[in-house]
Amino acid sequence: MGHSYTPGLRVTADTVVRRERRLPLRGEVLASPGQAVGPDHVVARAELPGNVQTLNLASRLGVDPAQVTQALVRPVGSTVRRGEVVAISKAMFGLMKNQAESPADGVIENVSTVTGQLLLREPPIPVEVTAYVRGVVAEVLPGEGVVIESRGALVQGIFGVGGETYGPLVIATASPGDALESAHLRAGHRGAVVVGGRHVSHATVQRARELGVAALIVGGFDDQDLRQLLGRDLGVAITGQESLGITLVLTEGFGHIEMAQRTWQLLQANRGRVASVSGATQIRAGVLRPEVLIPGDGVLGGAAAGEAQSGGSLELGSVVRVIRQPWFGRLGRVIELPSELRPLDTEAMVRVLVVEFADDGTRAMVPRANVERIAG
Amino acid sequence: MIPPPDAIRSILATDCGSTTTKAILIERGPEGYRLVTRGEAPTTVEAPFEDVTRGVLNAVREVEELRGRRLLDGDRILSPQQGDDGVDLYLSTSSAGGGLQMMVSGLVLQMTGESAQRAALGAGAIVMDVIALNDGRRPHEKIRRLRQLRPDMILLSGGTDGGDVRRVTEMAEIIAAADPRARLGAGYELPVIYAGNQDAAALVSEVLSSRTALSVVPNLRPTLERENLKPARDAIHDLFMEHVMAHAPGYKKLMTWSPVPIMPTPGAVGLIIEKVAKRDGMAVVGVDIGGATTDVFSVFRAELGDETVFNRTVSANLGMSYSVSNVMAEAGLANILRWVPFPVDETDLRNRIKNKMIRPTTIPQTLDELIIEQALCREALRLSFEQHKALAVGLKGKQTARDISDTFDQSGSGATLVDLVDLGLLVGSGGVLSHAPRRAQSMLMMIDAFLPEGITELAVDSIFMTPQLGVLSTVHEPAATEVFERDCLVMLGACVAPIGAGKAGQPCVSIELPGTGAPTTRLVPFGELVCLPLPATGRVRVTATPDRHFDLGAGRGKPVSREIRGGCVGLVIDTRGRRPFSLPDDPATRIARLRVWNRALDLYPREM
Repeated sequence: MGHSYTPGLRVTADTVVRRERRLPLRGEVLASPGQAVGPDHVVARAELPGNVQTLNLASRLGVDPAQVTQALVRPVGSTVRRGEVVAISKAMFGLMKNQAESPADGVIENVSTVTGQLLLREPPIPVEVTAYVRGVVAEVLPGEGVVIESRGALVQGIFGVGGETYGPLVIATASPGDALESAHLRAGHRGAVVVGGRHVSHATVQRARELGVAALIVGGFDDQDLRQLLGRDLGVAITGQESLGITLVLTEGFGHIEMAQRTWQLLQANRGRVASVSGATQIRAGVLRPEVLIPGDGVLGGAAAGEAQSGGSLELGSVVRVIRQPWFGRLGRVIELPSELRPLDTEAMVRVLVVEFADDGTRAMVPRANVERIAG
Repeated sequence: MIPPPDAIRSILATDCGSTTTKAILIERGPEGYRLVTRGEAPTTVEAPFEDVTRGVLNAVREVEELRGRRLLDGDRILSPQQGDDGVDLYLSTSSAGGGLQMMVSGLVLQMTGESAQRAALGAGAIVMDVIALNDGRRPHEKIRRLRQLRPDMILLSGGTDGGDVRRVTEMAEIIAAADPRARLGAGYELPVIYAGNQDAAALVSEVLSSRTALSVVPNLRPTLERENLKPARDAIHDLFMEHVMAHAPGYKKLMTWSPVPIMPTPGAVGLIIEKVAKRDGMAVVGVDIGGATTDVFSVFRAELGDETVFNRTVSANLGMSYSVSNVMAEAGLANILRWVPFPVDETDLRNRIKNKMIRPTTIPQTLDELIIEQALCREALRLSFEQHKALAVGLKGKQTARDISDTFDQSGSGATLVDLVDLGLLVGSGGVLSHAPRRAQSMLMMIDAFLPEGITELAVDSIFMTPQLGVLSTVHEPAATEVFERDCLVMLGACVAPIGAGKAGQPCVSIELPGTGAPTTRLVPFGELVCLPLPATGRVRVTATPDRHFDLGAGRGKPVSREIRGGCVGLVIDTRGRRPFSLPDDPATRIARLRVWNRALDLYPREM
């Protein structure tokens, strides 16, 4: 390629984030520009049209579809209750009578003289959207929602499950290299966002659920345990809608992988602060990664300092992490960037780099596609 | 304006894939049109760029650097060619942004529902769901589904011309009640194509025209005995350009760069496969395995008569990166592990697969990783082909005249058209097949996944440029054909696979190939994989005589003789069994057999 590009995730101490909080359909916006909001503040509300039920009047009444409107005893637009008679047909000089009852509470929306179907709209379902993160309303999207702006720390994970939540940040393990065990969890962690180290097991996640922990942030998790947690093999990586009672964010990947030092230090520096967490991940579109947002006390509108993003161009000296076997998870510095293609163990000819590992100073040749640049 | 073919000296073509934008440069030289170089860059449909043309320019810039001549004037493609600068023709295909996602609807799932699905798939769409009156869902469930999915377009079919109008109108009412929104951009109406009973067209228009951008085209199933998919397919292509592409980031600009409409990638690949089948006069299966999806194309004879039928299916969630985890979920771990010639820890394997999914651009660095990736590829291909066989079928629901012989023939109407004995050529494309370090690896992956029967030729796309050649063939067929033959299609060789099962070592097939002097004859017992060299080019006649318990398509024990093209891998004789094909259940025996077979094809540089 003409330029070297590596994927990367944002881990930054101070940034301004904007989060769009949009209703699934038009409704009422309940916040105004400049208003300060907390994570649970309801900023917009709407009513989703109710489910549609159909009732085949023609067959129920034994009449031609063209005649169903004449049989209606409640006109289109009427509100009806479940079991209420909506249409009656008479035959044999009124001796035979058929009637049709409403299958649910709702409003008669349409009656077709072609198909003989009656469409009944059930009562609307209310939907509310919260601010999700502490901040100010930066923009109102009339009838649709708001944009919340918040300044603070941001950690993007690589994969997550579970929806949006928030709670005080608690560091539960002594180091980023320790696994989070059940013994680390206490009753006081109820409602908290608990940070562990390199790994969490399914048993520990279960314990956290029992205790009412809001979210777990760890380096790695086994796919086998994910299967147990979800009750199925996850095929396509579109998550965030699961009702698990807990949100899980992996910062590094699957398996036992020490949490990156920078991520660990940033979370540790923010212990006690309220963090907003979302497990929603969409790998296919490449646009949605799970996140931990920790609003600080910084003044909005000022320039955010320390904005950093992993990824971007590779240069000599760049700090990278290997993201595939055989050196998966190891950190090092780029010491050579040969331009010509080099053969791998597989015999494939690819563009590579030479990395010197931080822990023991050994060197290895790695395909450029298999590293991610991380902010040094 | 498209220049006349004679005036075209150079062609630049791009394919905007979901992850990578690939550019190829074709130039006319003394020996005709040839591929001269290629370049690639990440696709830029998503944030932060949200403009597909950035990725196109980056890929073209790489071509510029490699070829050493100017193709760009700032942020525009220089056209026509002036001296050594610029190109005479620029064109593009695209599957970026998830391609074209459609919902289709018919009255009966197995009849008009299936025809509508074939029309959409053939036009290059991903079919998200098929809604039919008999699909087992209640109307409100259908409505909820329509709302949830947010397709790019809906194809509504149903009923034969002159038939009942009520049912079709009922489907239109369901769509109207759902009031579905388009996926890209909230500011435009969802395109709906009506291709059902023409007598119901006015009623359908009444229900849908105020809520959707409705187009009415001729019925795709005018009678039970006949499908007429072309008008619906053409309408899908037009609306894809007019509505969907026009709303995708940067496409409005890209559309102004080329005088040729942007074509959905799979539609372009399908064109090439159809042309190959026509040229060679044989049944062809093509497969394109990508990161997110796998497309299968086939051209086989129709159930009756000499006509050929083109079919395409897309397996939206089977692929080698974004969808790799779904391959594991659908195939099951045991099916993946059966191709791996060394013991693997399940926890470790599961984690590796998930890590590939979350970091889809990584590549295998070690041999064991490559072997696991190729095992996954076999299963992705196998599952995609199963889906294809289920959809590439004769028309269901028609009345066929039956005679006494049909009474014993279970494969009546609605049976798959995919006849592996009839299959003449199998073509593979996509990164894992085109870029496999050894071509024999691509060949065995395809043999294991498709299990061809009788004598079948195999080929791969050298660098994955079929989409660009497909769109080129619509405006300059000779150029597309020349490049396809010389630079794109790599003949691997052929596979001889007898139908039947037996015991290891029992006589199975005898192969006769012309040698330098007398023909060489090779007896291959059951349970083996043998590779005989073929010339790299030209043709040879191969004669295969199966043992009396086995069949090569002409009947048990009957010889088959066929002229085949040479290839870089050779003639693979596969006596591991067909109908059924099975691998040993015992892990140690299975691993030992896999190692023997891998050695026979010199598959890997060393044993694991």
